[in-house]
Amino acid sequence: MRFADVLDFAWRVVRGYRSRTLLILLAMGIGVAAVVAVSSLGEGARLYVVNQFGSLGTHLVIVLPGRSETAGAMPGVLIGRTPRDLSIDDALALKRSAAVRRLAPLIVGAGDVRAGSRSRETPVLGSTHELMDIRSMEMAQGQFLPVMDPRDSLPVCVIGTKLAVELFPGRSPLGQWLRVGDRRFRVVGVLASQGESLGFNTDEIVIVPVAAAQALFNTEALFRILVEAKSRESIGPAKADIEEILRLRHEGKRDVTVITQDAVLATFDRILKALTLAVGGLAAISLAVAGILIMNVMLISVTQRRGEIGLLKALGATAAQIRLTFVTEAVLLALGGAAVGLAAGKLGQLLLGQIYPNIPFTSPWWAVIAAPLTAIVTSILFSVAPARRAAKLDAVQALSKR
Amino acid sequence: MIRLRGIERIFRVGEEEVHALRSVDLDITAGEYLSIMGPSGSGKSTLLNLIGLLDRPNAGRYELDERDVTGLTDDEQARVRREKIGFVFQFFHLVPRLTAAQNIELPMVLAGVDPAERRERLRKLLAEYALEARARHRPDQLSGGQCQRVAIARAMSMRPAVILADEPTGNLDRHTGQEVMAVLERVHHDGGTVLLVTHDPEIGGRAQRTLRMIDGAIVSDQKADAGGNGGT
Repeated sequence: MRFADVLDFAWRVVRGYRSRTLLILLAMGIGVAAVVAVSSLGEGARLYVVNQFGSLGTHLVIVLPGRSETAGAMPGVLIGRTPRDLSIDDALALKRSAAVRRLAPLIVGAGDVRAGSRSRETPVLGSTHELMDIRSMEMAQGQFLPVMDPRDSLPVCVIGTKLAVELFPGRSPLGQWLRVGDRRFRVVGVLASQGESLGFNTDEIVIVPVAAAQALFNTEALFRILVEAKSRESIGPAKADIEEILRLRHEGKRDVTVITQDAVLATFDRILKALTLAVGGLAAISLAVAGILIMNVMLISVTQRRGEIGLLKALGATAAQIRLTFVTEAVLLALGGAAVGLAAGKLGQLLLGQIYPNIPFTSPWWAVIAAPLTAIVTSILFSVAPARRAAKLDAVQALSKR
Repeated sequence: MIRLRGIERIFRVGEEEVHALRSVDLDITAGEYLSIMGPSGSGKSTLLNLIGLLDRPNAGRYELDERDVTGLTDDEQARVRREKIGFVFQFFHLVPRLTAAQNIELPMVLAGVDPAERRERLRKLLAEYALEARARHRPDQLSGGQCQRVAIARAMSMRPAVILADEPTGNLDRHTGQEVMAVLERVHHDGGTVLLVTHDPEIGGRAQRTLRMIDGAIVSDQKADAGGNGGT
């Protein structure tokens, strides 16, 4: 039997039993679509996080106070008190490293911001003018914090666009005074809208000189020091320099944690990749279910087509030929289901993209290949039993029944 | 051409053993037109199935074209069936989703005959069995007589050595049955060997040679006068 004829024969069967074909296409389609859509969800989340870190700036090294013995991402978050705080002098000392291009000390807190009768609770960042370059911020109006000694507490501030609109409706905020807690600041600039960036909505923050933030929150301690290395290659040396400088300043104790953007990124990347694989695998279970459905439907089909199978045997079809036609039929169904599923999955992905435009939903290449492949392999596996049953059918009995 | 020696066929139904064929000896020469008659359960269909290699005897020897085919594997038997045997059934057994032409083509498809050759043979068969107008119709759009003509054309498509017809008129009215018999007899006239199982004495009597079976044994083997009333 020529292969083209096998295909043609199976194709006619698929077309001949429409409701059955539609049922299998639906089951297979849902399975494949689920794998594609769910994995693109995971991949989208991963890319979202990666992009977020990317927007943090390049060659970034983050210094945080405290150190836990187990290495990992952001241990400082887990530790409440640290033996020694990071100070502004610590930050300034880091400039001695040849691998460091610039750095910005960072203090983060929340404050009650008032202008006239309007008031609003917002995050308050204390930093220096270098923060702008390190975080690649852009200005909508005015200027960023001026270049000055970080130990000076100048009463100026930069605010986010949303805050500007909320506090100063209908007028320019530049040159206006606002009050944060019990201190007054003059607005010197408004940040361009950047949206969410690592937990901070820069549209809603107030940035004040770091010394002013120290006074405001009544603390010497820095929350972070953001350090930008000179190049990608100098990230390693920068990290080593920072650890050494701070160890000497802290009486030989290694009580800071230095993390690089790469390390954080790699951790998130790993976690989210594993997550995507896991949910993709869960969705793949529906493919196995579809495979079992194919088996059942094929078994019914063998029973229904007993007469036809008997006839094929009488006409001289070998057992192998009969098995082949049944398996081919299953493969055709699986291919159709995979095509339907891929189309539906892509459609779902587009829909998700419409609903959450911020998240770059893309199906990972392995899902696009693995889902249809799994569909085809399961349908072959699950059609073997019905095909064997068909081939073993006793021709005389099959023909005697009408 | 067909030589059966000491053929036994025993079916096991639960605890009981049913002796469907008892030491059957039979010789059929090429070009014969032979009918097998007998009451139902007499083993005539079993005999036909054995000759058609759809069934295997429990004992005995079957030679087809001087070749012992009793011990062949299933696949070898399938090949012999494909090339040497054409079946015609009481219930036609056409594939419902295929057109008349595709049904006729089926044995050639299974045998892997070249498509160009297939088309040529199909065209001839359609003409020969007056089915050209019905070629693209499906079985449910055909009358019983047309269905059986399609089935006969299908059986002839591989130019088999022998045509085995099991009650070919059993599902047809008298008039259509006569028509179908005329078609089968033309196959015989063109040199084909035709074996016919029937319990209709009128149909069976048209053959040159008539076997009578009772309880799995051939009880009489009569040859009609030369020419008989087989042809028309």
